[in-house]
Amino acid sequence: MASLAATFGRGAMTNGWTDIKNTDLVFVMGGNPAENHPCGFKWAIEAKKNRNAKIVVVDPRFTRTAAVADIFAQLRAGTDIAFLSGIMRYAIEKKRFHEDYVKLHTNAPYVIGEKFQFTEGLFSGFDQTKAEYDKNAWQYQADPKTNAYMVDETLQNPRCVFQLLKQHVSRYTPEMVEQICGTPKDQFIKIAEAVTSTGNPERVGTILYALGWTQHSTGVQIIRAAAMLQLLLGNVGRPGGGVNALRGHSNIQGATDMGGTFEILPGYLKTPTGATQTLAEYLEKGPPTTLNKQSWASMNYWQNYPKFMVSLLKAYYGRTATKENDYNYALMPKVDGNYSWMYLFDDMYRGSSTRAGGKEPGPEGLISFGMNPVGTGPNSPKMVAALSKLKWLVMVENFENESATFWKAPKEYGGAAPKDIQTTVYQLPAANFAEKDGTFTNSSRWMQWKWKAIDPPGQAKSDQEVLARIFLAVRDLYRKDGGALPEAVLAIDWGYTNPYAPDLGEVLKEINGKALDDIKDPKDPTKIIKKKGEQVDGFAQLQDDGTTMCGNWLHSGVYSSAGNLAARRNNADPLGLGMFHEWAFSWPANRRVMYNRASADKDGKPWDPTRPGIVWNGEKWVGDVPDIKPDSPPGQFGAFIMLPEGVGRLYSPVLNDGPFPEHYEAIEAPVDNVLHAKVTSNPVSKKFSTDKDKYGGRDQFPIVCTTYRLTEHFHYWTKHHINGRLNEVQPEFFFEIPEELAKEKGIANGSKVKVTSARGSIVGPAVVTKRILSMNLGGKKVWQIGFPIHWGYAGDPKHAGPLANLLTPSAMDPNTWTPEFKTFLVQVEKATGENV
Amino acid sequence: MALQGLEIRRSSASLRGGGTGLRKMATVAKYIDTSTCIGCKACEVACQEWNDLPNAQTSGPQHGTYQTLPTMTANFWNLIKFREVETQDHGLQWLMRKDQCMHCDEPGCLEACPAPGAIVQYVNGIVDVDPEKCIGCGLCETGCPFDVPRYAQATNKMAKCTLCVDRVSVGLEPACIKACPTGCLQFGDKTALLEVAKHRVEQLHGDGFAQASYYDPQGVGGTGVITVLKHGDHPEWYGLPKDPTVPTTVSVWKRVLHPIGFVAMAAAIFGAIGHFMAFGPKKPKDSSRETGGEV
Repeated sequence: MASLAATFGRGAMTNGWTDIKNTDLVFVMGGNPAENHPCGFKWAIEAKKNRNAKIVVVDPRFTRTAAVADIFAQLRAGTDIAFLSGIMRYAIEKKRFHEDYVKLHTNAPYVIGEKFQFTEGLFSGFDQTKAEYDKNAWQYQADPKTNAYMVDETLQNPRCVFQLLKQHVSRYTPEMVEQICGTPKDQFIKIAEAVTSTGNPERVGTILYALGWTQHSTGVQIIRAAAMLQLLLGNVGRPGGGVNALRGHSNIQGATDMGGTFEILPGYLKTPTGATQTLAEYLEKGPPTTLNKQSWASMNYWQNYPKFMVSLLKAYYGRTATKENDYNYALMPKVDGNYSWMYLFDDMYRGSSTRAGGKEPGPEGLISFGMNPVGTGPNSPKMVAALSKLKWLVMVENFENESATFWKAPKEYGGAAPKDIQTTVYQLPAANFAEKDGTFTNSSRWMQWKWKAIDPPGQAKSDQEVLARIFLAVRDLYRKDGGALPEAVLAIDWGYTNPYAPDLGEVLKEINGKALDDIKDPKDPTKIIKKKGEQVDGFAQLQDDGTTMCGNWLHSGVYSSAGNLAARRNNADPLGLGMFHEWAFSWPANRRVMYNRASADKDGKPWDPTRPGIVWNGEKWVGDVPDIKPDSPPGQFGAFIMLPEGVGRLYSPVLNDGPFPEHYEAIEAPVDNVLHAKVTSNPVSKKFSTDKDKYGGRDQFPIVCTTYRLTEHFHYWTKHHINGRLNEVQPEFFFEIPEELAKEKGIANGSKVKVTSARGSIVGPAVVTKRILSMNLGGKKVWQIGFPIHWGYAGDPKHAGPLANLLTPSAMDPNTWTPEFKTFLVQVEKATGENV
Repeated sequence: MALQGLEIRRSSASLRGGGTGLRKMATVAKYIDTSTCIGCKACEVACQEWNDLPNAQTSGPQHGTYQTLPTMTANFWNLIKFREVETQDHGLQWLMRKDQCMHCDEPGCLEACPAPGAIVQYVNGIVDVDPEKCIGCGLCETGCPFDVPRYAQATNKMAKCTLCVDRVSVGLEPACIKACPTGCLQFGDKTALLEVAKHRVEQLHGDGFAQASYYDPQGVGGTGVITVLKHGDHPEWYGLPKDPTVPTTVSVWKRVLHPIGFVAMAAAIFGAIGHFMAFGPKKPKDSSRETGGEV
């Protein structure tokens, strides 16, 4: 999601599932929605049946989605940036991009400072010793007279974004794409033509992707390339368009929105660091600065940052948070260094941490909620070894999974003998999704209330009850025994009706926010818009003076004085565009298509009148909930209100690995980078250096391998459940091996194969298929194989199988620290009595 | 199962159906658009669940695809068949088709069945096995050109898809249709679904599949399953016979020998009556053997 925020301003699917029915072209890459999102994929089929939309699939394998596609091409796993850059080049060269849109709604005309350069695979600002970039080398050029952004509306200035992009992608010719991706040139051109057929006002296309793009050492930049392509084609903000991230869990969007990762607080506010000791210092760094002063200025919506942060502090600390004490900002943990869970496990394994400067001991305990790190982390042997170093481990789970039973992992995981492991494991039985109410926030950003269906079995408790009871017990200990910094815990506001099991409706009200004092109308201070104690209607009513509280500004509006809007189930669709404004609540502000100002031209007329997003009627914007000030006339503000530029970023100077995407090979790759052999993989990608972090070379491991999911199973969950049906329809682990490779190696369908990476070996049956072909990379023949991830050693022994991540490497994207599960190297051999 | 309130159009080994003929119902059908099927197996699971069928012994790789049983079984009535086919014009095709009873208008199974009323065809076209009357002889297998009915050892009965007659008779759609996420399965009046099929086939022609067609073979009088095929000239790629008909042996049995059997039976009955009229009732030699429980 980092790349979407860096390009458009918010990290989420731009449109929504039901909107896909409005498209003319479904471009699927880095995902397999028919397999992993079969219910949502219905909307792609609707578009196909009702609009004659075409489905284009590019994937390392011929997938279930490819089976219903109009055009399919195979590419080598991990080379998506080259493919997408090739399409961008094609669009520019053949003038198949939406020029009016690009001039109006993107930073194509913006001039970039002279410091920005790209040579031999490296952007300027690279620090060799730290393996990091200094982003100051990538800044915009300010106009010397006005000190605003320097802009060339003609797109001719050689330093304007459009020209720089044109030059950057010029290397990705169809021939180069073929050499890098292994996709035959004619197939690539066919796809480039189909995709760029939407680069005009009449047609619109959508891109669907999922973890097949995210889980690479270049994952964020792959998605950047897709987002840029959609900007070039004028497909962002329009019904039927967008860059649509398909989320793999029912509530993963909700988890991220609520601050699910260490670097963010709820609503994507930044976690404070040691550098900002006071609230004033923190708030100064919150909103981005803008040079935009001319017409089409940015609303730069983050200028409201102080309102969101102060309201959040009031939600955390209640009455004890006052203006005088900086709303208890001092009590918030300040996070220095990287606390993403991959780094935590690295510390755990090494038994020490150097994060905060000096050497500290590693973590001694872990509470794991609804997570199975041994299953889901790369390089499982390291995960097992890391947990063995803990004094205690608390698993809050429905079932006993691989992490709870890490101490008895089979020998191939390389763990110590059970008698030598001193970790105490506590399993707290947790209620599952049907045994508690709450909300799911889906890919479409719809917060949908769900009702508890049945009581949890036995002693199982809901997550909020587990958390509340731990919190209250810890608070009692601080009250009784004192300890270091007790006020950080004692000051927390816990005013729930039932403090031991907070009602989730009450929590949702807290997330929405309320007035703590009468709120006056800014236009007419004699009027009161919200009385003290009333729920606010949305984030526009939040204040920075402590008179409002709000648990997550982005979700504000979900539980206003109108009630719990997430519980709405009215499927009326008066606009006929699948927007369903009275079904649940879609953040932000119940808007269904984000950046919808870009669905209209400079005068506020829709690019395509048959599919309008919002329209300027002379007084206000009508249609979807406008993603702009509702009464601001066309020309006043840019369409991308969260960005300081106010326009979509074809050039984005905020990510850790460059303003433009560049093709880098995976950390384990079968060939050198043909563009720049000296900088073959992402120069700022992250790796670890313990004895367990092994990376393989192409001599020993010549075959490209990828991992994926099957529609019949849900992650690592099903084998634990007494659900015979799902195991019935997909009973066992397997490898998918291309026919030709199988022949070469003497492997028959169903026979046992041994697959080895630098981390270990797995043995399993072969599914010999025509659906994966060999590739010719500039004369070198390269093979790919793949296998699904769902199995493990815990649960019902009848359905046990190898953990996929026994083979995957701990290499990571430098922006999100997401591991490279989708591309690594292996050796394949027939399993015999001796080598198993 | 025979369902009360649903009139019977045809009944195995019987001269006429069991209904009055007064109740008119439209013929129902399942519509399967294989060109938008993603092979997700939701229909398989729904069928197993609704019909309370025990788990089948499946295994992983079946000819290199995601199919987990070679064919349907007595406890598995709905199986998606996967096939990889390399074509001249369209490259590799991964074809998926949900296999189940085709509910023929002229059902070979019903014709072949020697047990009166064991296989019935309701007025809405659904072909169903009544386990109470089924004698487990397996002859229906020989009458089916689609290789559908299966013998269940445990019950000594034949089993197959009922088109969820228990759901349909109370106005619900079959379980497989209900579970389909993409809408490639539909249920309704056959006449209306034929229009849907024609429209989809036209679309496929426009997409370059000149041979696309829908499968509703007339050799069996048409089927209660309409199947849209991108490669209509190659139904065998989808595991469907090209021109299915009821095997001649079965039609001969039904149309020629069976009536002869009736004539013979009638002759025997008239003979018996004649015998009674001429000689009076025949006295049993040992009356104690007259009653006896089921074996």
